[in-house]
Amino acid sequence: MFLKLHKWSETNALALLVLSFVVVTIGGAVQIVPLFYLDNTIEEVEGMRPYSPLELAGRDVYVREGCYVCHSQMIRVMRDEVERYGHYSLAAESMYDHPFQWGSKRTGPDLARVGGRYSDDWHVAHMHNPRDIVPESIMPAYPWLARTPIGSERIAANMRAQRMTGVPYTDEMIENARADFRTQADPDNGDVDALLARYPKAQARNFDGQAGISELDAVIAYLQMLGTLVDFSTFEPDASR
Amino acid sequence: MATKREVDEATQTETTGHEWDGIKELDTPMPRWWLWTFYATIVWGVIYTILFPAWPLVTGATPGLLGYSSRGTVAAEIDAAAARNAALDARLIEADLATVENDPELLRFATAGGAAVFRNNCAPCHGAGASGVVGHYPNLLDDDWLWGGTLADIQQTVSHGVRFEADADTRFSQMPAFGEMLAPEEIDALTAYVLSLSGQASDAPGDVQAGAQLFADNCSSCHGEDGTGGRDFGAPNLADGIWLYGGDAAAVHTSISDARFGIMPAFGDRLRPDEIAKVAVYVHTLGGGE
Repeated sequence: MFLKLHKWSETNALALLVLSFVVVTIGGAVQIVPLFYLDNTIEEVEGMRPYSPLELAGRDVYVREGCYVCHSQMIRVMRDEVERYGHYSLAAESMYDHPFQWGSKRTGPDLARVGGRYSDDWHVAHMHNPRDIVPESIMPAYPWLARTPIGSERIAANMRAQRMTGVPYTDEMIENARADFRTQADPDNGDVDALLARYPKAQARNFDGQAGISELDAVIAYLQMLGTLVDFSTFEPDASR
Repeated sequence: MATKREVDEATQTETTGHEWDGIKELDTPMPRWWLWTFYATIVWGVIYTILFPAWPLVTGATPGLLGYSSRGTVAAEIDAAAARNAALDARLIEADLATVENDPELLRFATAGGAAVFRNNCAPCHGAGASGVVGHYPNLLDDDWLWGGTLADIQQTVSHGVRFEADADTRFSQMPAFGEMLAPEEIDALTAYVLSLSGQASDAPGDVQAGAQLFADNCSSCHGEDGTGGRDFGAPNLADGIWLYGGDAAAVHTSISDARFGIMPAFGDRLRPDEIAKVAVYVHTLGGGE
């Protein structure tokens, strides 16, 4: 019976067309329909906020240098990953990433929860030459980050562009972008309370230990924030996922 | 082109009916085993989507009859591993760590677990082999300890860190930067004297005799009168030829004039108590444990 049906479908052009259409429709629906309710695939969690201006600038340096080529930012839902890196990543943790940095290629370790794992000094020495700290490392050195100043001229425009893609930057955040940018790298000469009111849990200090704001300040500010925002004490995992 | 299908005499198989210059093509059917395997995979695919989460509906996907969830699986695996280790973990936490090394089963358990904890949490600074990084992070293989090398000392250091201000119980001391307090020739004299403590021949320009007096006045309260260090302050032994920040005249000069302020994070909030006990035992067994 199957064989006859098979033969009929392959020798009857109209039947082949109709049946192919049915198959493609099902396959398409499986992939397309979930996009209509994508929002409910992002669990609500407490603590997520848009990147602070300095973190956003650091993220741009991270993308520019191609860190994502070797480092993923997604802890998979597997025991070995959770035991090594910490709580598996949630969709909400990358909802302000445009583009996201999940990645599927790990030459280096996953960085989704690298925040607070190492000291700023470690990052400074490690970026200057990873072999100084980890002899077996094959990561390239990024010594120019520490000596390249980074300005905030374009940060407000960057934030407006992010807002167009759906990141909820407020007018107040964009107005104060340049002040917040400087305050986070030089808290002694800025209004840290205002920075923290706009960007809770933002860490403000001289990240690279040298005067001025370098690209290294921005990158370390970004790295030290990664994975630290979500308050997991209030997180109830949805078991059906 | 002829389209007459006929049965080939030699093989008893139908031809496709196509003929090119007298050559005809056999219409050999697919092997039946292949065809039935193909159908079986289709049936399996349908069954799979019934058993596992698959079909998108209006507010979510079908959950599947087996109730599979990747998150639930991970939680169950972690719980299962914890349950398997629960008895030994409980023994380790309750035990006086100093007695662990007399209990072969517990020692094996603690060093194996501690090695895993070390590689994940400690190796980035202290190195995969725990040999440290000169100028940054101490070597854990030797018997030269800044804050003490007993199991209790190591456990305390891992739990609360060193000069880690977020932890109230952290080990803390701060050496003054003598460059702001002493004259340049006094720093030179101290450098020469400190180098002489470990019997090093040096071409440091300072006056060793003057350095000895300066040492007694300024350094001995922490580093000891004979320069063998003081663990209450994490003051290193200066007489043993082991140098965290380098032992040549320039490095020692910098240490005296600018002072060092090494920081280790506290792991009490990051690791479970059994993990801290394991890594303490592991570090203790590396060679320098007291």
